[in-house]
Amino acid sequence: MKIRFEKREKLHPVWKLLNPVICIVLALLACSFLVIAIGKDPVAAYGKLFSGGFGSAKKLSESILQAIPLMFCALGVSISFKMSINNIGAEGQYVMGAMAATGVALFCPWIPHALVIPAMIIAGFAAGALWAMLAVIPKAFWNVNETIITLMFNYVALLFVDFLLFGAWRDTSLNLNYSPAYPEYAMLPKVFGTRINSAIYIAIIAAVCIYLFFDKTTRGYQIRVIGSSVRAASYAGMNIRTNILIVMLFSGGLAGLAGVAQASGAVGRLQQNFANGTGYTAIIVAYLSKFNPFTVLIVSILFSGLSYGSVATQLVGVPDQVGVVIQGAILIFVLGGEIFSRNRLIITRREKETALAKKGATK
Amino acid sequence: MDWIVSVVAATIGYAAPVLYASLGEIISERAGVLNLGLEGVMLIGAVTGYITAVESGSLALAILATMLAGMLTGLVYAVLTVTLQTNQVVSGLALVTVGTGLSGFFGKPYTAVTGLEGFKNLAIPGLSQIPVLGPMLFKQNVMVYALYILVPLIYVFLYKTRPGLKLRALGENPGALDAAGMNVFGMRYLYVILGNAIVALGGAYFTLAYIPGWQDSITAGKGWIAAALVIFSSWNPAMATVGALIFGGVEVLGLRLQVLFPNIGIPTYFISMLPYVATVLVLILSTGSFRKHRKPGPAALGAFYDREAR
Repeated sequence: MKIRFEKREKLHPVWKLLNPVICIVLALLACSFLVIAIGKDPVAAYGKLFSGGFGSAKKLSESILQAIPLMFCALGVSISFKMSINNIGAEGQYVMGAMAATGVALFCPWIPHALVIPAMIIAGFAAGALWAMLAVIPKAFWNVNETIITLMFNYVALLFVDFLLFGAWRDTSLNLNYSPAYPEYAMLPKVFGTRINSAIYIAIIAAVCIYLFFDKTTRGYQIRVIGSSVRAASYAGMNIRTNILIVMLFSGGLAGLAGVAQASGAVGRLQQNFANGTGYTAIIVAYLSKFNPFTVLIVSILFSGLSYGSVATQLVGVPDQVGVVIQGAILIFVLGGEIFSRNRLIITRREKETALAKKGATK
Repeated sequence: MDWIVSVVAATIGYAAPVLYASLGEIISERAGVLNLGLEGVMLIGAVTGYITAVESGSLALAILATMLAGMLTGLVYAVLTVTLQTNQVVSGLALVTVGTGLSGFFGKPYTAVTGLEGFKNLAIPGLSQIPVLGPMLFKQNVMVYALYILVPLIYVFLYKTRPGLKLRALGENPGALDAAGMNVFGMRYLYVILGNAIVALGGAYFTLAYIPGWQDSITAGKGWIAAALVIFSSWNPAMATVGALIFGGVEVLGLRLQVLFPNIGIPTYFISMLPYVATVLVLILSTGSFRKHRKPGPAALGAFYDREAR
């Protein structure tokens, strides 16, 4: 038996839709073996997982609330990946955004109350953007690989926030590594009686803007060209350096907004381990969404439901890390499945092959 | 003098896990396969080693299990990148996610388990009596001693043997090997699997030799530092050793200076940042385009091999 791939012209639209569904099912199947391996019931665990994440209106709205920072990070990641800049530093940019927002909310009493939230948004965006741009300066000026550098910046950002939380910004009335709580005027308003905060509107607007930017503007076109071939782009006279910095400005800025949204919309203060891996999940979300901003919004909700629901799996004795494993497994199956949409799988039996070979020999 | 000796000895200990991971990655990248999933592989190695050691009481068995688990991750990674031709950067990130999740999943019942003996420092009779060098080099644990053999072994293999020559060619020009009738896919599988077995040992160093015990994400980014070191080393195991020692030194000196001069008042958080900041600086200094003699990596690194596109 021989297996080979043959290039495929076009993929049937039904398959395009089914593809992600198959990947999710396969990932769930694969992870169910893990649950069996620790002697627990996968059906019960998945039941808890899905009812915990999406089971009721309240659970779903909580998942959407938790999805907001993920949306911002994933939107940010997807624009940088569109230019083939592997910004894996969303985690740090997120934390920097939250830090800047906290600085404005708690330590700038001279800002009129009505302007505090706009100031937090600007500060959060700026902090995330600066942190991201700082990390790609070596890429822009000396062509140093950005992947590892953007990641290293995460650790530095997290440690810096820890430094603040254990020292100057610590709420001394609590025995926890928390900043003091935000005043009421620094909290984002909620959406119609739910716990979802209004940052979700900003996320939707951002998604529309990103779509229009890449589809309708020259700059967006340039970035897409650079993403597919840096050489072609520079030959056509496009300025790579400027575009790298612009992309990271928005990529990091959006991740910074995630920090603002989470701090001022959900938590109400800065805490240790604030981003909690959201910046990394965002990379998976961005990739699964094929960097389409609207898909990012939906996949974010799905993934945040998986994370939020996985807390409930502990009730049946399954560690909550099962959520992360499923997310990673989905990505692996999607990655592995791509070749099947690009190619047709051809399986020829050995006998046929040898028969053909004989035919060739007698010729 | 005693102080210097103890700093150097500690430096070697801190360098060891990063060096294991770098060596494994050098093998895999020399074969043309970029694996940024080191952090995930190390975590899987760390948890496998710890669980096996706790359950069986045998450290030898723990090392064996660690390597097997590493090979398994290598197999999965090779299926993805070699056969299914996936994007190697994103596949590496997927491996980190899965590794972090899986290690946390299986390690959860063991987070509170302590009391494992682990690898203790063993003074080698005779050699450890050498003044200065003896206590620096030969009062380490077995996992460090294994590196004393592994580094020269990989070096000689890469640069002085025929299979080593083929391995280097695999990352430079797989098409030429294919034309010479060699199995490019099979060889890549072999080296990715072998490389990951060594990477996993770097993870087990944390749970078996460093401070026996398990906690989530115990490797704290060392896998990424190792990936950066590979670039710094120009894919050369000897240079990777130098690099790992520099990093170990930065970590140890940071900690020691704080003990020596508690009044300077540099907060621990800034000292903990040092390895990450050093990684960024080293990457810039060793690969920046301002360098005249910039050594490029293996030419075919990160690209899947497509026979039809040859």
